[in-house]
Amino acid sequence: MRLSALDCAHIPKPRLTPKMRIRGTMLLALLLAAILPAGSANEKKITVYSAISNYSLPVTDRNSLEYVGLLEVIEPLARNVNSRTDGLRWKLHFNDADAEFTAGKGRAKVRGRDVDLPGNFLLESGRGLVPLTSLGTLLPRLLGTSITFNPGSRRLFVGNVATHFTAQLSHTPPPRLVMNFSAPVNPTIATEPGRLRMSFNREPVVAPGTPTLTFDDAAIPSAVFSENNGAAEIAVNGTAPLMASFSNDGRTITIAPAPQQMSAPSAPAGVPGTAPATPSASNAPAAAAPGVRHFFAVVDASHGGDDRGAALSDKLAEKDVTLALARRLRQELESRGMSTLVLRDSDVNLSFDQRAVFTNTAHPTIYIALHAASDGKGVRLYTAMIPAGGENNGPFVAWDTAQTHFLPASQIAAQGVASELGRRQIQVRTLLAPVRPLNNLIAAAIAVEVGPPGTDVMDLNLPAYQQNVVSAVANGLLAVRDRLGVPQ
Amino acid sequence: MIPRQFLISTGVLLLAVLALGFYAGRMRGRASQISPAVANTQPPVAPPVSGPTERVTLYVAFDDPGVLRSQGAEIPLPSARQQRAEELLRTLLAIYLSKNSPHPLALGAEVRAVYLVTPGVAIIDLNSAFANGHRSGVLEEELTVASLIQTLVANIPDILRVKILVDGKERETLAGHADLSDFYDTGAVALLASQLQNAQ
Repeated sequence: MRLSALDCAHIPKPRLTPKMRIRGTMLLALLLAAILPAGSANEKKITVYSAISNYSLPVTDRNSLEYVGLLEVIEPLARNVNSRTDGLRWKLHFNDADAEFTAGKGRAKVRGRDVDLPGNFLLESGRGLVPLTSLGTLLPRLLGTSITFNPGSRRLFVGNVATHFTAQLSHTPPPRLVMNFSAPVNPTIATEPGRLRMSFNREPVVAPGTPTLTFDDAAIPSAVFSENNGAAEIAVNGTAPLMASFSNDGRTITIAPAPQQMSAPSAPAGVPGTAPATPSASNAPAAAAPGVRHFFAVVDASHGGDDRGAALSDKLAEKDVTLALARRLRQELESRGMSTLVLRDSDVNLSFDQRAVFTNTAHPTIYIALHAASDGKGVRLYTAMIPAGGENNGPFVAWDTAQTHFLPASQIAAQGVASELGRRQIQVRTLLAPVRPLNNLIAAAIAVEVGPPGTDVMDLNLPAYQQNVVSAVANGLLAVRDRLGVPQ
Repeated sequence: MIPRQFLISTGVLLLAVLALGFYAGRMRGRASQISPAVANTQPPVAPPVSGPTERVTLYVAFDDPGVLRSQGAEIPLPSARQQRAEELLRTLLAIYLSKNSPHPLALGAEVRAVYLVTPGVAIIDLNSAFANGHRSGVLEEELTVASLIQTLVANIPDILRVKILVDGKERETLAGHADLSDFYDTGAVALLASQLQNAQ
């Protein structure tokens, strides 16, 4: 039934009773709490780094001072921690230490000695809150160990747990900034025009001698270390879009200009011209010359870390064979003038999603996943088997079917490699495969599964065989490089 | 003084307790002598299906050339759609668990259930022995997936999407390669199956 404006004018307005108004206000408050990010981004926090664990805790403002729950700070550091409230008194027992605090008082007793707090102790629902700046005094007495506390950045180091780093710039073209850390790190990486930011939310990374590092290079002129709100950040400034890659079990991060911005590698004789620009890669960095896009390959050594892949034999794990193949393939591709990034260049864990995100961010011309198998002779080449569903919504591409538009290019790449393998009389088969992350990639993507040349699986490790296979893969890609990269 | 009848009753009860304890001990000893490996090698209990047989098409994986072959079979099938689906896959598994299996699966591998959810969705629930003991490799795993799904689709009409669970839960991959995190489009599986039916 339709109502005209006239009809609407005769509809009596509902009367809001006080009860309804209260309910409405509560509902609105709940809705706002759900919609607004609840201060998650701006929430104050302190991060504690210790040999046992690294953790962050919320910091609350009371009486113009920052407070933190003392029990929460200490609890992860030992087993025997408990607190007891006795009226206005709050008693803390930690290993062999006792401390007593009184609500509203600025003096506490720790191990029988008086300690002055920079503000009054607060007791809220049985939770003892101490001023943040008092941790520098309280914790060494309670824990009996040295601590380093930076109240400004709210980072607290218990014992000698800091992770140090060095940064060195390699001027050999393309320039690379190699950062070596004293312990494995896993920062969150974000890129923005002229800068690559690495946020260390859980790692006790500390500043080098000076927070600003300058390099005598036009592409990567400087890097700045900063720390704030329980996290450290290294911002690398660049005149070209930068990308980071991990190696050495997460102890080394190499930052280099994204390949599309690199100067064209000198192509050996007989190398076809560069591929045309890719119109679909909307947020890809601009190519060095208009209309020209350089070939860039991402090689992915499948499995790694805890994921050993197939147990090819008692001693041979798939993850080791794939890594060896990946390194050889990089060499072969680069020797043919094709820039290459090995996604996993050490024995680290990488999820399928991480592999896809790293690859999509790098906007390669081709992605090659390497697998190894004990069954079947020769090489099998796979392209994505796109799962059902996954409708795209406007500019947003469905994650599980992102490969759809690049499937023709992937098939061209597979055909090129298959032809070259066949030419070398290596048994080859081309199939679809439901293997991630192929279906998540916005580039031509193939998976190469290398089986042994004969009946002995250990022959998979033969350098000559590996070299022959990867050389065929590189030649096959070279043959079709001008047909890759343009989604159809 | 304690009555005599009470003493006799207590004595008899004590004797009975001792005798039962001895018997239980012997039974436990016998049970422990049965090797768990032997117990695990028992194939899944044959489903109690009887009656007239039907002609079905099974898509059987063969590791040696790495192919999928369709082969006919005459098996008794229940009338209910869901039980038919389960029976089909159990027949397929019996081939894989047989002595001269063309595509050996782990001992104890089983299809726990098949759920046919309208419209057009089938869910295959495998047991953990199936997935945990499956050989790892892209081809080996996709042969298994294609064999299960294609057999189901070839004999049960109107299945458009298939999801594979392990012990009722989602799993990322079958054995490190074949993706189980998403639904399989039966059209795409049919294309894969046709590729797998060619050795080269």
